[in-house]
Amino acid sequence: MIVELDRVTVAYRTVTVLEEVSLKVFRGSFLAVIGPNGAGKTTLLKVILGLVRPVEGTVRVFGRDPRHLGAERRAIGYVPQTAAVDRHFPLRVADVVMMGRYGRIGLVRRPSAADREAARRAMERTGVTHLANSPLGRLSGGQRQRVLLARALACEPELLILDEPAAGVDVPATESLYELLRDLHKDGLTTLLVSHDVGVVAAFVDGVVCLNRRLVAHGRPEEVLGSEELAQMYGCAAVFFHHGRAPHMVVARDECWS
Amino acid sequence: MLELIGHTFMQRALLAGTLVGILCAVVGVYVVLNGLSFMGAGIGHASFGGVALGFLLGVNPLLTAVVFCLGTAWGVGLVTRKTSLREDTAIGIFFACTMALGILFLGLTPGYGVDLFGYLFGSILAVTRQDLWLALLLTPAVLAVVALFYKELLFVSFDPEMARVAGLPVDRLHSLLLVLVALTVVGAIKIVGIVLVSALIVAPAAAARQLTEDFHRMMWLAPAIGAASTVAGLLLSCWLDTASGATIVLVATAFFAVAAALRRGILPTG
Repeated sequence: MIVELDRVTVAYRTVTVLEEVSLKVFRGSFLAVIGPNGAGKTTLLKVILGLVRPVEGTVRVFGRDPRHLGAERRAIGYVPQTAAVDRHFPLRVADVVMMGRYGRIGLVRRPSAADREAARRAMERTGVTHLANSPLGRLSGGQRQRVLLARALACEPELLILDEPAAGVDVPATESLYELLRDLHKDGLTTLLVSHDVGVVAAFVDGVVCLNRRLVAHGRPEEVLGSEELAQMYGCAAVFFHHGRAPHMVVARDECWS
Repeated sequence: MLELIGHTFMQRALLAGTLVGILCAVVGVYVVLNGLSFMGAGIGHASFGGVALGFLLGVNPLLTAVVFCLGTAWGVGLVTRKTSLREDTAIGIFFACTMALGILFLGLTPGYGVDLFGYLFGSILAVTRQDLWLALLLTPAVLAVVALFYKELLFVSFDPEMARVAGLPVDRLHSLLLVLVALTVVGAIKIVGIVLVSALIVAPAAAARQLTEDFHRMMWLAPAIGAASTVAGLLLSCWLDTASGATIVLVATAFFAVAAALRRGILPTG
């Protein structure tokens, strides 16, 4: 087991963001956390990353408190929302990817040949090698997302965590991004992502967790997506159609927005 | 003009000016990219309280200025963390408070007169042998710290959250950056003055940012522009008989304007 949350509750001042969430991520799994905006998805990731401390409950990542992970930290690759990254920062793609190595290189030291090799492999894997010298500010949303993924892979992680990887990315780029994630997972990378986009995710992952402050449902995609719990979570009747490779969710408009 | 350069005071001012121009610009790169320009102005103005206290107590005003600059950097961080106020509000409070303290201290000091003017607006004549030594020590020291923590300061500036995930001591690096700003302010006071020091930190780095999309290149361009601004500004101020600090800052601003025009294609690029 790589991640284990036991009855985790998180509150910012008086507002409860997560309530008694228990979750296990097993080695080799590909898990999506879905839920509406404001469901606490990003907070859940921050708890796992050790950026937010729960008021109650315990968190274990690689068997340890994520806020005191020490060297195990290097085994986590994190891809933040593209919007959270400053596009106007004067950096070239190769520099951004190299940052994935900084945690491993250690304070004061300079990148070695091995670090450059790892960064090169990460760029090759995500298909951004040809962009190595491009300034960050000139990339499309999809390219930027792949660069951030390359940065996460550069640290050679055992656990990959992504926050809304499809946000700000067009549909074809989203599909190819998920295909890439599926290939990485096949190579043994444990992957955890959050998304509010229920449909596309389901075609690629092997487990879905529905979160709306509390854990609403948990299971294989086909079990969760047709469930009563999911319909309740979105507060309206939701129906999934298997259209092409990706199931699409259709919600009855008059019930939701009347 | 050439005659002037033969004078010891002018050589001293040029050397100190070059060093301080480089120092301000290098630290300025981080200030600009972290959105800390107002913090720079706040720390710059805080030094006024320190300088005035130095006059009152009869100690070297730069020593008391260091204390005030570091105190402001630390205090702003503390207020921001402990209250729900935004950082710029905290800076606004410290900005006014340290200036007010400065005016109070001056009122209690008999006959401060001419010296104070040199601190407020900078003056080539006010650059003493001690000030030159300060620049000679401070510039390499700050540059060495920047070189040591080059990749960490870059990471924290670009993506602090990711830096935290990677296990970097983000809060301590941010504090380190503020200490560097405080030391830089103190090193530059005698050249450009308390009122204008933040401009010498921000303008060369902002000009360099206009000219490149590459951080490493910006780190070379900014100090080049900073040093060129102080040297050209000092010479111009002698030639035109204008205030040196103001002339330096206006030259740096002119560099920025030209760089911004080049970027937007208003001026043809060579």
